[in-house]
Amino acid sequence: MTLQTTDTEQTNDSFSSTSTSTQQAASGSRHYQKTFQQLVDAINRNIGRNIGNQSDLHFTLTLTGEDSQFTRFSQVKVRQTGQVCDGQLRLTLITSKEITSEEISSKDGSHESKRDSVPSQAADANKAHRTATITLPFTGNFTADWKVIQPALTQLQAELPLLPIDPYAVLPTKTQATSQASHQSQNHTNEVHTGNLLEASAVAEALLNPIRSSAEETSPALDFSGLYAGGLSYRAYADSVGKRHWFETPSFTLDYSLFGSRLQQAVKGTVAGKHWNPEKYEQDIAAVAAQLKLLSRPAKAVPRGSYRTYLAPAAVADIIDTIIWGGLGEASLRQGNSAFSKLEQGEAVLSEQFSLEEDFQRIGIPRFNSSGEIAPTRLPLIQKGQWASSLINGRSAKEYGKASNGANEEEVMRAPTVAPGTLKEKDILAELDTGLYISNLHYLNWSDLNAGRITGMTRYACFWVEDGEIVAPIENLRFDDDLYRFLGEGLIALTDQQTFLPAVGTYDRRSLGGMWVPGMLIDQFRYTL
Amino acid sequence: MIGPLTATLEQIDIPADWIGIRAMQEVSSWRAMRDGHPQQNERGLNQGAMVEVLAAGQFGYSATNRLTPEALRAAAQRAYDQAIASSQWAIHRFTQAVRPPIKGSYRSPYIKSFDSLGVGEINDLLRQLCDRIKVSAAVVRTSAIARTHEVDTWFVSSNGSEIHQKIAMVESHLGAIAQAPGVTQSRTDNGYLARSYQGGWERFTEDDLWERATRIGEQAVALLEAPDCPTESTTLVLAPDQMMLQIHESVGHPLELDRILGDERNYAGGSFVKPQDFGKLTYGSKLMNITFDTTLEGELASYQFDDTGTPSDREYLIREGVLQRGIGGLESQSRLNVPGVACTRACNWNRPAIDRMANINLEPGDTDFESMIGQIESGVYMASNRSWSIDDQRQKFQFGCEYARKIENGQLTTLLKNPNYRATTPQFWANLSQVGDGKTLKVYGTPYCGKGEPNQLIRVGHASPVCAFENIEVFGGAE
Repeated sequence: MTLQTTDTEQTNDSFSSTSTSTQQAASGSRHYQKTFQQLVDAINRNIGRNIGNQSDLHFTLTLTGEDSQFTRFSQVKVRQTGQVCDGQLRLTLITSKEITSEEISSKDGSHESKRDSVPSQAADANKAHRTATITLPFTGNFTADWKVIQPALTQLQAELPLLPIDPYAVLPTKTQATSQASHQSQNHTNEVHTGNLLEASAVAEALLNPIRSSAEETSPALDFSGLYAGGLSYRAYADSVGKRHWFETPSFTLDYSLFGSRLQQAVKGTVAGKHWNPEKYEQDIAAVAAQLKLLSRPAKAVPRGSYRTYLAPAAVADIIDTIIWGGLGEASLRQGNSAFSKLEQGEAVLSEQFSLEEDFQRIGIPRFNSSGEIAPTRLPLIQKGQWASSLINGRSAKEYGKASNGANEEEVMRAPTVAPGTLKEKDILAELDTGLYISNLHYLNWSDLNAGRITGMTRYACFWVEDGEIVAPIENLRFDDDLYRFLGEGLIALTDQQTFLPAVGTYDRRSLGGMWVPGMLIDQFRYTL
Repeated sequence: MIGPLTATLEQIDIPADWIGIRAMQEVSSWRAMRDGHPQQNERGLNQGAMVEVLAAGQFGYSATNRLTPEALRAAAQRAYDQAIASSQWAIHRFTQAVRPPIKGSYRSPYIKSFDSLGVGEINDLLRQLCDRIKVSAAVVRTSAIARTHEVDTWFVSSNGSEIHQKIAMVESHLGAIAQAPGVTQSRTDNGYLARSYQGGWERFTEDDLWERATRIGEQAVALLEAPDCPTESTTLVLAPDQMMLQIHESVGHPLELDRILGDERNYAGGSFVKPQDFGKLTYGSKLMNITFDTTLEGELASYQFDDTGTPSDREYLIREGVLQRGIGGLESQSRLNVPGVACTRACNWNRPAIDRMANINLEPGDTDFESMIGQIESGVYMASNRSWSIDDQRQKFQFGCEYARKIENGQLTTLLKNPNYRATTPQFWANLSQVGDGKTLKVYGTPYCGKGEPNQLIRVGHASPVCAFENIEVFGGAE
């Protein structure tokens, strides 16, 4: 690696310390989109020159990037603060050529007949494909980025003939649609959101002042810990058949814990959106601080056992977050790696009250996947306790002879929504009667994936309730229970209102979206330690 | 690279107390086969730099993948602005003392370079491994993965640090899923990507590779017929590939000083360990000796300097059961005034360095494996992690394994499926009754230790012998 001597074109440092984040997002993203398009054009020209050497050569190109402000808080103070400008391009080359007799044995024969039954793939059924991918930095500067991509293209093209046949490779194809408008929306999208975020220099003051003001009225003082993450996020897709998708949005998440007088007792809060609203933030803080008063009572040690339990929406979100990684995808189901085989096979059912679907209409994230496919706006996976559909991406569609529904590479839910029920908020404690009120869960994992058993810990504001009254916070408990039981006959009721829980994860980059879930009342939820 | 970075540093004109640039380049390859068909043939280039500035006692950072002098100077200005804007809210007034001036270099050793195997050869090897794992029709899924990474890190600072570290790594995985009517069982090569090491291809093409592949397939199939692990309190013997997880979750994380300081409370959690516990707390039995050791050749998180330039060495964290020092770098040490280690690390150029585990190892004892098992009248032997969960103070845990055997009258007997155990950390380590000798010690690692805000996944290594624990609650999948 070497430092380049100088910038050869307009720099794209979209952050500055004086302008607002919204303005930064707008100017920076326009430049990013232009550079991305220039790179796509350059790849197209380069690939075009080589088509004669490599039969049919196709490409897909995805882009993921962000300009982010991260400020971390602890003890109502700033622990770390900084900014990150980062972007990654993922370029995939796929060769396609007539299959030779020697190669026939290399292709997977077991699903050939199924594959032929899928019209969109029939055309390439007699072709052998090879796939190679490279991930590269995206800086937004065409000259700098092309300097890295050009040799990578050469390297990938040299590598392709050495790779084995990829029987489940998905060639980029334009989606055929009945109307021009539909055709356009499936193959070309450009979704640009605007917002109004905090300036970098204002984050600490905007977040900490209300806490300190609140602390002046509270004795002893409140303690605040958490992360503000905000800025521009962008995603894009392009391929050799001309599909183009662009998505960008300014957004922020604030994921925090408010601690009161007792050291390990806290209430969790999240704030998210495209527009920073100081009044809303202050209201949230006041509401969370009010809950802390309940935690000032001495904690009750609840012995292990089974208890009627109310899971508040944040706790339900923790369970759904585990479930969406538990094998709702076609590949996991077919490969023995799923908690939902029994449900899919009709050997078990869940409660009629439980429905789970993808709902892109309510959760603002891009609908296109890494193959450029557009997921349906809504996709039911579990309807009234019965299996409705798996998540299927192009590779699985090809392997298992099904139609793709635009799932992502991992076949994991992106816009989860759990249908509401009929339990009114004012009736929650009365219906719980005696048992546990769980606000949050922590560190969930499958204790037996194929059996559908999940374990995890209670966390934050969790209470023992007697005769419909909160009695005391509890010492943390471990649960370990079977989803076929607690979402089956054990599911007593769902609240009639859903809550949006924003995705606050920042592994690799800031997450987008979140999920809509209600609260759940469960009979005999099983606590083991 | 050091020269251009130093030259850029000298051109930065801001009134900071200290400026550092940490540039990183990672060149990677990911090759994966499933059921003998390619799943992934991918290369990767990841590069960028983090500029960190200390001003008015507060650090600010700015990270960019634009590697030009202008971009780095602009990043320095932004980092300075961040520090100044938040200095009145600073959690601690830091000084240059937490960024010691050091010059040096480190290169991880390797034998077979990553160029020594062509992409065709690697794919062929992975395909053959899938074939080897599929010992019968009951194996419904086979997988083989090989990943390589070459990471260069350059660190320069305004107080004279000039460090270059170059680390080559191989991460590999073999797996089988077997099915019979109503039962599914999995077996892997010591846990997902547990065979992650520093070194070259020699770390993958080891002499026992083919034997391991066959064994994984055979054991997955054999587990289909096995009874569930019984529910009882008994003597639990853990293989090194489960000890890795046990050490990581119930020793490594609770000893992190930033958790003890409360920085992680909103995400990963705190710790039951208190600042006053260092030098006093009896963490486990006298057989328990835990080291922070970045000097072990080939272990995944070996290095000579952490990401703030602090020189690293081997240190006892727990000696004869007593807590000695925490896992925390100079920043946490200065805030907490307790002894720590050189472990302020970042997973990438785009994340700030925080307290992290590196290699956390359990030192071997003097009991050979046969003697250990021979002394146990009744117990369960478990291997290879498959499930893990622990509370936010690192006390109540429940872990599950892929494979278990009953121990009866000093012998390993019946194969058991779905083995799990649960306990609390102090009780568990107090019940450590036998520690295997050096012949039972194995070294593993994981690329996936998650922590921090913004979140970071970092590579850690764990070496351990086989260990036995008394009176532990074990149970199976049908409980």
